[in-house]
Amino acid sequence: MSKGTKVPGYMQGKGSRNPRGIIGDREIRYKCSLQNTILDVLRGRPGWQEVPGQNNIQPNVNQANPKQAGQQSTGQQQANTGKSGSGSTTQGTTSGYKGSVRNPQGPGTQSAVPTRLQGDGDWDFYWCDREWLAQNYDTMFLYEHQKILHFRNHYELTRKNLMVKNLKRLKKQTERELGKAEGQSFEFFPTTYELPSEYHIFVEEFKKNPGIIWIMKPAARAQGRGIFLFRRLKDITDWKKGEYQPLSDPNREVPETYVVQRYIENPYLIGGRKFDVRVYVLVVSYNPLKVWLYRSGFARFSNTRFSLDSIEDTYVHLTNVAIQKNAPDYDPDKGCKWSTQQLRKYLSAKHGVEAVKKAFKGIDNIIIKSLQSVQKIIINDKHCFEMYGYDVLFDSDLKPWLIEINASPSLTASGKEDYDLKFGLLNDLLNVLDLENRLTGKEKRVGGWDLLWEDGPILADDGNMECAPNGTTASIPNSFLGCHNERKRQLRELYTAAQSIKKS
Amino acid sequence: MGDSNYSKAYIQALIDELKTSKIYTDLQCAAQVDLAKPTLRLSELKKGVLNGLVNSGWDRKLRNAIYRFLQTNPKLQAPTPPPEHLKEPLVYLRKAQQSWEKRILKSLNSMCTELNIPLARKRPEKDQKEWAQKWTELGIDGPDLSQIRPVYAPKDFLEVIIGLQNPNYHGSDTPGFYHLWGIVQVPLKVKDIDELRLQYSDMSINQCQSGIDDAQDIPSELFEQERVKLGKKVISANHGPLAQEFSKKGCPTSMRATLWCQILAIEVDEIDILYYEQLKTNVLQHELLVDSLLYKDVKLTATNDDQYFVFEDFLYQVLLPFSRDTHVLKHFDYNSASPPKSYIRGRLGMEEFAVNYPPNGVIPFHGFAMYVAPMCFLFKETITLYYVFREMYIRYFFRLHSISSHPQGIVGLSLLFESLLQTHEPDLFFHLKSVGCHPLKVAFKWLVRAFSGYLSSDQVLLLWDRILAYNSMEILAVLAVAIFSFRKTNLMKVQSYNAAEAVLADLTTLQVIPLIQLSLFSK
Repeated sequence: MSKGTKVPGYMQGKGSRNPRGIIGDREIRYKCSLQNTILDVLRGRPGWQEVPGQNNIQPNVNQANPKQAGQQSTGQQQANTGKSGSGSTTQGTTSGYKGSVRNPQGPGTQSAVPTRLQGDGDWDFYWCDREWLAQNYDTMFLYEHQKILHFRNHYELTRKNLMVKNLKRLKKQTERELGKAEGQSFEFFPTTYELPSEYHIFVEEFKKNPGIIWIMKPAARAQGRGIFLFRRLKDITDWKKGEYQPLSDPNREVPETYVVQRYIENPYLIGGRKFDVRVYVLVVSYNPLKVWLYRSGFARFSNTRFSLDSIEDTYVHLTNVAIQKNAPDYDPDKGCKWSTQQLRKYLSAKHGVEAVKKAFKGIDNIIIKSLQSVQKIIINDKHCFEMYGYDVLFDSDLKPWLIEINASPSLTASGKEDYDLKFGLLNDLLNVLDLENRLTGKEKRVGGWDLLWEDGPILADDGNMECAPNGTTASIPNSFLGCHNERKRQLRELYTAAQSIKKS
Repeated sequence: MGDSNYSKAYIQALIDELKTSKIYTDLQCAAQVDLAKPTLRLSELKKGVLNGLVNSGWDRKLRNAIYRFLQTNPKLQAPTPPPEHLKEPLVYLRKAQQSWEKRILKSLNSMCTELNIPLARKRPEKDQKEWAQKWTELGIDGPDLSQIRPVYAPKDFLEVIIGLQNPNYHGSDTPGFYHLWGIVQVPLKVKDIDELRLQYSDMSINQCQSGIDDAQDIPSELFEQERVKLGKKVISANHGPLAQEFSKKGCPTSMRATLWCQILAIEVDEIDILYYEQLKTNVLQHELLVDSLLYKDVKLTATNDDQYFVFEDFLYQVLLPFSRDTHVLKHFDYNSASPPKSYIRGRLGMEEFAVNYPPNGVIPFHGFAMYVAPMCFLFKETITLYYVFREMYIRYFFRLHSISSHPQGIVGLSLLFESLLQTHEPDLFFHLKSVGCHPLKVAFKWLVRAFSGYLSSDQVLLLWDRILAYNSMEILAVLAVAIFSFRKTNLMKVQSYNAAEAVLADLTTLQVIPLIQLSLFSK
């Protein structure tokens, strides 16, 4: 909720709307294919209006749900006002802001747009699903200002086998060009092979290290489906027989691709439980690479206590909420989550601030290296952006390991705290994209998002703090995962500053 | 330290205590080591040994041990006061506490009879083995708790405190001159704001504080670096009073565990480990009704809490041995409460067959587990956690659920809260009183739990830093007042108890130190 913005025009009726053209002097039209928090956020944004359209899936669901969503989000706000004690003028902003965002300046650079458009051109912002993009990307024509979720070939990073392939390639290239030592910075994913294509290399590796545990994951499935652990080769040959028939059988589909990965046997445990960390990363451009990192996120705890004795018990080992939900003693109210802030505090209390800084720096490295590995492959498009959900696991030495990357991280809230997190996350995402054109474009922080990389690392200090006594403090990266996130205050200050810069 | 402020008897007690503790033999051994050094001249025997003890750090350890004794043993005023005076000098409060204990016991006994479970029984061999196996994951399947209910909750206890009357006062039903404005009617001396300002002067607004001025986005050159440097020095000195002084401005997160241990003079050695293992064995061998109460409490509080659910198992590993720990009994010397007695079957009322029940004499109430929960963020080893909690309990927390005239007892804190709020927010106090919502009715549960479970965990720790540093729990009442002041605008609008409670329901967003500063130093 960007309450800080003034929307003096929101009382105006529909009639005063300008013909379509440059955004900035009219409302922003959006489409959204999801029914959860993102829709609440879009509905709640002053000056944004939903495109009534055939592309919204399942019109009947769509009719029933807005009410629900609306109620939820007004309830949210009431709870907020009660809590924060501000008790002020914010009302349910969810329905029908049909006005315009007033801007000091219009962005004069955009091309003129025909007055009436159909289909693809009818929106300015589309939170689409991956399937829709895959079907329509090649045939659609986008105007300069239009923004759409996902890059065309996002799967290069989100499919487990492709991710590993890309990372291995960049690692080799780095080793070739900069030496073995530099390649060390890629040691953040466990030894991984693609099955069935790399089966023989895997078997060789397997025999070299008898006794260790491996984890098998289908490359394309999400939410922890189809995952299992094994220690003996026999387990996998049985599985192989069941799954793969001889390829000569023409009726069978091509066998599903799996990855087999060395299982991290010494995960960091808190209260005897295993957990992984969800990190939100926003890529607004691949060329040049421009990456934002969100301060908040959460750690998901496994519901039961960790032990290597029970490798057939998937519940212990997988922290996906989707899997945990099926556990017999799952309590949905508990959620089994900690905020990243909470986690960071816990870790700094146990290991000291420096060790935690180092560990979280490792996460930055994971993000940047993984994105660089696909930088040349992803079809860059200035209309596209992507919000990734990184899953990271710490081992007992506090070294972060990349588990997987999701291009459609779940936006359905599991509770009030989770809702607040995702609501803020998405709202700030829209603030970063800045369709309203309220920012200067030079910001290093917008709400909870910090600019981590723009064709090179971003530093927290601009160099205007030259009083640093020793040279080392001068290069603090602009990365604040798990740090205090007072996004509303920051946004208020940001917009005031940006406005005054623009005026002058 | 041997000045005239301490009576001979007190010093004698200190020496006796030291002689029976491990440090005595340790010192003797260390002295012998020094004695055997060839460089030592016979003519300077005493001086040489003393120097040797100082150089090897033993004098610090001795000082810490003496300091610990001074802190846990109240100074005697009269030469030989009767023991019950040590517990509680005011007769009517002593009696009130006794009758409250009777009530608790009655309710415990009736639960026993109703559910037909004994207070204690030996576990069968098979169960013992099973328990030993699942010791680190006791939360997975605990006992059947559907019939168990907490013996009492802070709400019940508040009613007792409201009902307290001083019989020496001119008791009349009509509000008169002596009638206090608040709901606590016991006339005790409590501090006013000037005394508190003086006491907490290290927290004043012009002093940088850990937990505020070392936030991530403040350049660390400004405060954090210096603070951490100083902290490292303090820690390396290993001296209780020094650590305490340092903590007055809060502990840096990563040093808190060490600083707390130093303040509380806790150094876990082999004997402590052995002792804990013994307690654990006791838990494995015998099953107590109190176990179920503790289980129920953890399930009702910590397990349901977003911050603490992870630590469920730790809590059992601390609370169950705690209930068996007879060391805790010692604190009843200066606690107005007395350990409940139970009798061996068939020998009811015969003193020689009386045993303390539970062995540590503490019957848990609803929310008891929350005294432990925030500390799970500090200590990774259960054993250190256990000893820190035990020390915190016998120094501070016991006062929060027993009736006494001690300024840091719950009665004193409640009164302090009411008098501060009356003096500094009279309009707010009057408004709430007139709509039938006495402020203490909301704040009481915060005080009883020392705010644990109400604030976010890091804030609880920052608050408890101050309890340890100033060796006083008065900060709890100050914070409660600060919260009321902070939410004043909304509280002034409420017309009912429920509405007021709703305004104060969620405290997790509060930053305690700025709030305390605001209410202590800004007016």
